[in-house]
Amino acid sequence: MTLVPDRHAPESARDAAPPRPAWQVLLIRPEVMTFLLLIAGLIVGSQLSEFFLDVDYILKSFTLSAEFAIVALVLTMVIIAGEIDLSPAANMALSACLFAWAQDAGLPFGLAVAIGLLAGLVMGAVNGVMVIALQLPSIIVTIGTLILYRGLAQVIAGDQSIRVPEWYIGIDKVFVLGLPMPVVIFALLAVVLALVLGTTIFGRQIYLVGTNEVAARHAGVRSARIKMILFMLLGVTAAVAGLMTASRLGSVRYDLGLGGELQMVLMAMLGGTYIFGGRGTILGTFLAAWLLVIVSTGMIVANWLPAWQLCVLGVLLIASIIATNLIYSRTQR
Amino acid sequence: MNLLRALLMRREAGIAVMIILFCLAVGLYKPQFLTLNSLRIILLLVPLIMIGAMGQMLVITARHVDLSIGSIMAVAAMASGMMFRFAPEIWWPLGFALSVGTGAVLGLFNGLLVTLFRLPAIIVTLGTLNLYRGLTFIMSDARQIDRQYVPSALKAMSQTSPIFGIPWIIFMMFGVALLTYWFAMHSRMGRQIYALGSNPVAAPLRGIDVTRVTLVVFAISGALAGLAGIMYASRWGFVNPSNTGNGFEFQVIAAVIIGGVSINGGSGTVLGTVLGVLLLGCVAAALPLLGIPGAAQNSIYGAVILVALLIDRLVRRQGLKAMVGARA
Repeated sequence: MTLVPDRHAPESARDAAPPRPAWQVLLIRPEVMTFLLLIAGLIVGSQLSEFFLDVDYILKSFTLSAEFAIVALVLTMVIIAGEIDLSPAANMALSACLFAWAQDAGLPFGLAVAIGLLAGLVMGAVNGVMVIALQLPSIIVTIGTLILYRGLAQVIAGDQSIRVPEWYIGIDKVFVLGLPMPVVIFALLAVVLALVLGTTIFGRQIYLVGTNEVAARHAGVRSARIKMILFMLLGVTAAVAGLMTASRLGSVRYDLGLGGELQMVLMAMLGGTYIFGGRGTILGTFLAAWLLVIVSTGMIVANWLPAWQLCVLGVLLIASIIATNLIYSRTQR
Repeated sequence: MNLLRALLMRREAGIAVMIILFCLAVGLYKPQFLTLNSLRIILLLVPLIMIGAMGQMLVITARHVDLSIGSIMAVAAMASGMMFRFAPEIWWPLGFALSVGTGAVLGLFNGLLVTLFRLPAIIVTLGTLNLYRGLTFIMSDARQIDRQYVPSALKAMSQTSPIFGIPWIIFMMFGVALLTYWFAMHSRMGRQIYALGSNPVAAPLRGIDVTRVTLVVFAISGALAGLAGIMYASRWGFVNPSNTGNGFEFQVIAAVIIGGVSINGGSGTVLGTVLGVLLLGCVAAALPLLGIPGAAQNSIYGAVILVALLIDRLVRRQGLKAMVGARA
């Protein structure tokens, strides 16, 4: 009798199962589904109106939600790491209000920008400290900070809108290589973050933390530091998005980006990010942002009431998370 | 003496002390705050929040959260408002049945999504928050239900009183609180909610039907939001598709968390929630007296939530220490 196990014998039936064919593996990736939906959206849209497939029109529509899309890219990483943040839309409003208020009070422009960005960083750090150091659930913490940040913006700006300098207005009218500036920023950030998430040690550690934080810590991954970095990065990105929105709108009010948390979470979910962490890609969120723009543009072209659009966004959010959950529970087995 | 100590050791005592200290502090600065009249103002500010908070307390105790109650409130209020507009002769208490029923159905829908697909309640209700709000606009054609359509008997509930000049609406909120107390502490289903919240893994092993409990919790939360909706029509005399219930969920969650309901589920009391609502009402009533603009109200709610979370965290840590100390 021997204690050495026969290494050729399958340990369980699962090990003996043949691998899935490559096309099946590809098809059950959520990004592929997002991509197919995107194509379907384009086809439906082009049936609705002959003007729909005008690239300029779609790009112009995209600039309206580019700020949310930019934040959604970083939010994707936070969700992959197993946390969530509902406050970035409020963060956008508060940093934009602080920025507008500072330059309205006569401070040099550069300093005002710095104040806005710093505020975003601090807001992200506050979320991070509450979630990581104090071990409070990020869902509830960021509901609290969502109210707090938006409330502070209301205190600073009151009911007035603060104007920004004339030359600062119109980031969406600046074109680089024929593309509007916000689209360029979004695409560049997507490439950078996709590389970070997909190819660096830091990126792989984010997945590990989201999949199993205890195991990650045992493997020597500093999960607290990773999450803190992500929350602060999200804060700064939200501030940048806030300043971009200020430039696009030409003035700042406390209700800037109101309700944006729905769109951001929706973009991440539509892109196949797993709400419980550990799965998701930047490519998915990138595609989902375009999908969302196609859908909302389609609804505008088809003359749907804004109320219907609200309903559709809500339903899409629930449908997308049901779909990703189903896909992942299939592949897990 | 022991009774007093036991009383002071309770979580609710801390909130009560906070209310008293807050009122005294404001009263020192503005003596008119410590009058019966301001008590009346406070009590008239909070009924809707109180009714919503009872449902939310149960939801949070079961380790979920319901962000959609503000929108449920709007749909429910709008349903009754439209009934009053199209059928002015209808027996007005039917509005209660319609609103509560609508709320229960919408809440049940949340619960179904959460249980059937095992989705996190926060995302589901963030979705339905927008879905139901859109629904309010669609069903009302984005038109407000004006004062003249709301039955005067319904409006009178917020103004006339059976005894002592205390309006019906205030009796009603305490009635709901008492019923919730009985349900949470003395009914089988109520105790199962606590069991589920304190240990979701162990609960089904002990034979608790998790699906049913979750559905009931969300349905109750929706039904109470619906009740708050018809009371909104009573209190303010109109129903507006965009204003009604907007931000309601945040006030309610703030009150519940201040009331010491643990976000980790399994512990939360009706008394604590009632006190949390009252503290929120005191703050809201004191702001204009202190000359703080209404714009600051939301930031204060936000800050109060965070402080309450910190306190919750501290209490938990100490509870743990006490346990470890007892074992050593």
